[in-house]
Amino acid sequence: MATSASAYENDIKNLKATELTLGLPGTHLQENIPIIDQEKSSASSSSNKRPLQLPHEETSPAQDCGSKCSNIAKNTDDDAAPPPSKAKIVGWPPIRSYRKNSLQEQSEAAGGIYVKVSMDGAPYLRKIDLKIYGGYPQLLKSLENMFKLTIGEYSEKEGYKGSDYAPTYEDKDGDWMLVGDVPWDMFVTSCKRLRIMKGSEARGLGCAV
Amino acid sequence: MKKAAYSFPEEVLEHVFSFIVSDKDRSSISLVCKSWYEIERWCRRKVFVGNCYAVSPPILIKRFPELRSVTLKGKPHFADFNLVPEGWGGFACPWIRAMAGAYPWLEEIRLKRMVVSDESLEIIAKSFRNFKVLVLSSCEGFTTEGLAAIAANCRNLRELDLRESEVEDLSGRWLSDFPDSYTSLESLNISCLGNEVNLLALERLVSRCPNLKTLRLNRAVPLDRLPNLLRGAPQLAELGTGAYTSEMRPDVFSNLAEAFAGCKQLKTLSGFWDVLPSYLPAVYPICSQLISLNLSYATVQSPDLIKLVSLCEKLQKLWVLDYIEDDGLEVLAASCKDLRELRVFPSDPFGLEPNVALTEQGLVSVSEGCPKLQSVLYFCRQMSNAALNTIARNRPNLTRFRLCIIEPRSPDYLTLQPLDDGFGAIVEHCKDLRRLSLSGLLTDRVFEYIGTYGKKLEMLSVAFAGDSDLGLHHVLSGCDNLRKLEIRDCPFGDKALLANAAKLETMRSLWMSSCSVSFGACKVLGQKMPRLNVEVMDESGPPDSRPESSPVEKLYVYRTVAGPRLDMPGFVWTMDDDSALRIS
Repeated sequence: MATSASAYENDIKNLKATELTLGLPGTHLQENIPIIDQEKSSASSSSNKRPLQLPHEETSPAQDCGSKCSNIAKNTDDDAAPPPSKAKIVGWPPIRSYRKNSLQEQSEAAGGIYVKVSMDGAPYLRKIDLKIYGGYPQLLKSLENMFKLTIGEYSEKEGYKGSDYAPTYEDKDGDWMLVGDVPWDMFVTSCKRLRIMKGSEARGLGCAV
Repeated sequence: MKKAAYSFPEEVLEHVFSFIVSDKDRSSISLVCKSWYEIERWCRRKVFVGNCYAVSPPILIKRFPELRSVTLKGKPHFADFNLVPEGWGGFACPWIRAMAGAYPWLEEIRLKRMVVSDESLEIIAKSFRNFKVLVLSSCEGFTTEGLAAIAANCRNLRELDLRESEVEDLSGRWLSDFPDSYTSLESLNISCLGNEVNLLALERLVSRCPNLKTLRLNRAVPLDRLPNLLRGAPQLAELGTGAYTSEMRPDVFSNLAEAFAGCKQLKTLSGFWDVLPSYLPAVYPICSQLISLNLSYATVQSPDLIKLVSLCEKLQKLWVLDYIEDDGLEVLAASCKDLRELRVFPSDPFGLEPNVALTEQGLVSVSEGCPKLQSVLYFCRQMSNAALNTIARNRPNLTRFRLCIIEPRSPDYLTLQPLDDGFGAIVEHCKDLRRLSLSGLLTDRVFEYIGTYGKKLEMLSVAFAGDSDLGLHHVLSGCDNLRKLEIRDCPFGDKALLANAAKLETMRSLWMSSCSVSFGACKVLGQKMPRLNVEVMDESGPPDSRPESSPVEKLYVYRTVAGPRLDMPGFVWTMDDDSALRIS
């Protein structure tokens, strides 16, 4: 029994070498665990302390492998951000193509302008379509709903005084601006992503104008 | 005892048999004795063929000469996720041709995951005078021209359902091919069509068919046309909207709300592409009568979903995107005490980080609050053994449990342990579990639990799990009622497969891809088991151009009385006695 078990084990080892799997790293069974996954798995177990890190990937959701792979290749050229390159597994997650396509189409439909929204201290990113808001009041209301907080009203002189939160955005030039500084239409076309700042950093912003 | 069977006239037996409708029972009847077999086969009207290659058209027709309804399934389930290459098979044509000749009075054809050509549709349209029901579920290969043939010729058509099929949409004109005199439509599902249909023709069709109960539109039907359609069919029970967006105008809104309110029988809603949240309240008046709601295309946030769902007190089935979040599921659990089925789909399946606040907690809430919950499909990004344990103890009445933790091999996020115990609790407590899909970090131990407790399990889906053949062996040797097993990217190999070869004849099919099954073992299996078709798929070339110990890309094994199939494409090889000849 013992000999056949060890022979069997050898067979298994040999087979593993030729195993055709596109499995992801992430368990003790695999040797090469890229840094990003280690970071991710340790970060996710203490979700409230997650540092604010916005990965530099494309903003639109589900794309098929071809375009996604090329986008990933582009992103790995960015310095600073850890490369989000992840081999896309065929047929995983198990979702029908028409669903994937539909989600993607809806995000592209009617020229939706999707931007990521993050909030300091929150583990979840959101994506919103700026096109569906008529102006700043609706956007702010929506953000308040989404993150369950009060941002209050914008004033040119004092920003969002009285609130612990300040909505900011990164514009086309890479500058971080306070939401509300520019006319709405200009904002919609120049906003790359949103970040809701919290605490003293936030309170300081309004007065810097 | 002599000739006791003949003391009942045949007609009486036939009459008695006519009350037996379940396939299983009819099969049992036919095994009682030869005369019952004979009587039964002549009066069988409905047949379900779970695998179109398990039997052939001539065999079917020879045994059942008087069928009125045939259901056929083609490709394996994993075809839904692009794991089955194009051209694999599942061609409907030979079946349709054969049935056209043998069953002039055929009324119903239902096909799933099959390749259907326009030619086949034309044959259907011209061959069956009393044709009533055509359901093409997840099919492909036909165009709107084929649909035009059906519309133009099937005078008694009641149901045309194209659910989730891939149709080459050449023109929306086909709908006009229903003659003006045609009024028998009861169910129409065109939700999968990409282009606009002729809206005027649609409106006229809908309003002249008084028995229309189900209408599922496609995305291209604009929202402002919906009120007219609804007014033309106030008796509708099931509606799938088109795009649910329009310029926000109060008159459009009130028109829509009024039209919805007029549909007093409406119980099922779906569609909801491109939802503009401010239009959702138009359905509020009918929410209290809804039993089924499919919001799985509605990209709206949790607050809007919560408002809607909290009004649906009679809801039994909800399909929704993970935008509903844990908060929304908590409201669902509190509001919808009659819930039987929940499916939560991912809004950003390929994103590297969570984009919504949906965790295992949402599912736990629903399991606590909904006593009738039986069927679950849940995509999420974290799970724990504790949560699975709670769910299992809360809901021992679960019959279908499919969990997809998006990152393969994710451990229990609290303990970093495998999720063996959690899934073990599911199979142990849910004694009537028929369908299970696993995910997360799993060792052979979970399969030991499944083999021990999963006695009623009929379908199991496994991905990126297990350590060794022992895992597969536990399942094949322990799950007495297993019919379909589909496995991908697991270290399962030859030993378990060959040791349980006989089991495979008691199942409909086994799929294994990216596992460790060697070509040699496949050959052995094929030779040992003549009543199984052992098909090896390899797109990189003939398997015998590599060593016998090389693992095959994909393996599909199924029982059959029809022998090896003859329509295999170049990348599929069948292993049987003649396999040596076939490959060379």
